[in-house]
Amino acid sequence: MIPAAFEYVRAGSAEEAISLIAQHGDEAKFLAGGHSLVPLMKLRLAQPSVLIDIGRVSDLSYVTDTGDHIAIGALTRHLDVETSPIVLEHAPLLAHATSNVGDPQVRHRGTIGGSLAHADPASDLPATTLALGATYVVQGPNGTREIPAGSFYEGYLTSVLDADEMLTEIRVPKMNGAGWSFQKFNRRAQDWAIVGVAAWRNGSEASVALVNMASVPVLATSVGSAIASGASIEDAAAQAAVEADPQADLNASVEYRQHLARVLTRRALEEASA
Amino acid sequence: MEISITVNGQVVSADVEPRTLLVQFIRDNAGLTGTNIGCDTSSCGACSIHLDGEAVKSCTVLAAQADGGSVTTIEGMASSDGTLHPMQQAFMEHHGLQCGYCTPGMVMAATSLLNENPSATEEDIRIGLEGNLCRCTGYHNIVQAVLSCTKS
Ligand SMILES: Cc1cc2nc3c(=O)[nH]c(=O)nc-3n(C[C@H](O)[C@H](O)[C@H](O)COP(=O)(O)OP(=O)(O)OC[C@H]3O[C@@H](n4cnc5c(N)ncnc54)[C@H](O)[C@@H]3O)c2cc1C
Ligand code: FES
Ligand code: FES
Repeated sequence: MIPAAFEYVRAGSAEEAISLIAQHGDEAKFLAGGHSLVPLMKLRLAQPSVLIDIGRVSDLSYVTDTGDHIAIGALTRHLDVETSPIVLEHAPLLAHATSNVGDPQVRHRGTIGGSLAHADPASDLPATTLALGATYVVQGPNGTREIPAGSFYEGYLTSVLDADEMLTEIRVPKMNGAGWSFQKFNRRAQDWAIVGVAAWRNGSEASVALVNMASVPVLATSVGSAIASGASIEDAAAQAAVEADPQADLNASVEYRQHLARVLTRRALEEASA
Repeated sequence: MEISITVNGQVVSADVEPRTLLVQFIRDNAGLTGTNIGCDTSSCGACSIHLDGEAVKSCTVLAAQADGGSVTTIEGMASSDGTLHPMQQAFMEHHGLQCGYCTPGMVMAATSLLNENPSATEEDIRIGLEGNLCRCTGYHNIVQAVLSCTKS
């Protein structure tokens, strides 16, 4: 399968990428690792007429310790996130979730920014960064803005990113030793989650986010409130699907997804509390 | 567009359409057909090659993305005198193939895996090869072959 024809331009910096996309209008798309976009283009589900390759904007590939946060450049590949000593130390939930994305070949190419910007609710990293309370830094023709993960996702494959804006950095609060768990339920190795749960807990404070339980990643706030008010793990996990709005598909009915969310949330809270 | 990719140590330059996939470039422009296309949807790993030393699925990379880079395919694994790469030898000795369709991709993924983790355990190998499907062997002998190439 071959994509429809397109024009290819390569950007050397974020500024160049943004001015190129402004120049080419709505029909242009950024190409990072290409591991969501190229498969869609091969299936002709996406037919951008211009690709702006940002894969070589190497100054956006980094992980730094900024005090109470860690900062990750949007072009950092999954492999470099999952093996970063800074991420492993301060956001082990993110390192572990990233090591669950696809397979090693995918993680050699795919980037954290591409995964978040793609806004697929079945992807692992949107929910994980949501559970961690991350902030996304976005650059456009008029400067930068910071968007909390909780306000970024609008619907299936859509976010508040404007067409001429580029995701440049992900800021993740340090976990400060909180317990954590990432539960991914799928039928075959390498697949996307049928349902997934990213969770952390520090005493009476807990945060749980759900993968593939709505058209956007879902923060299960009822679970966090239940833990804060002293509920048992069992009782808190029973609230897991309250904020969710799952769809039925070939893999699972709505009821089955809700059931999975509750069971996986219980397992996640047990692991994060151990 | 004009692109140049070093394939198994030789620079291959060609004027290609931007939509050319890396696997097409390898098979059609470089003329190396050891790299197979299986699923063509980034699932099976048959098209795995090394790009700048790391395994990638060449059906899911544009040739333009690899412009200026260095590619190794299965044809580049044996020494110039014909001595097989230790991983190829191990697949032969452990009977890690039957029809052989998945084998080039398996060998490329397995060598990349051991470059990153030379003392991989059996579990590391099973997880590390999850992007490569084999319809024949049941994986057992593939895993044994890779295990025999680890440091431990
Ligand atoms: C076989 C396979 C299995 C996979 N399994 C999983 C899985 O289990 N879990 C999972 O979460 N993901 C999975 N993925 C997806 C993978 O994580 C992708 O790498 C990721 O979703 C996209 O990152 P990318 O850099 O390749 O983005 P690209 O494909 O290059 O881009 C994706 C989209 O985001 C836009 N974009 C990219 N970067 C930016 C930016 N910096 N600013 C603004 N817009 C941008 C592009 O225009 C495009 O629309 C899988 C992919 C494959 C091929
Ligand atoms: S042909 Fe590329 S992964 Fe199957
Ligand atoms: S040997 Fe036949 S597919 Fe693996």
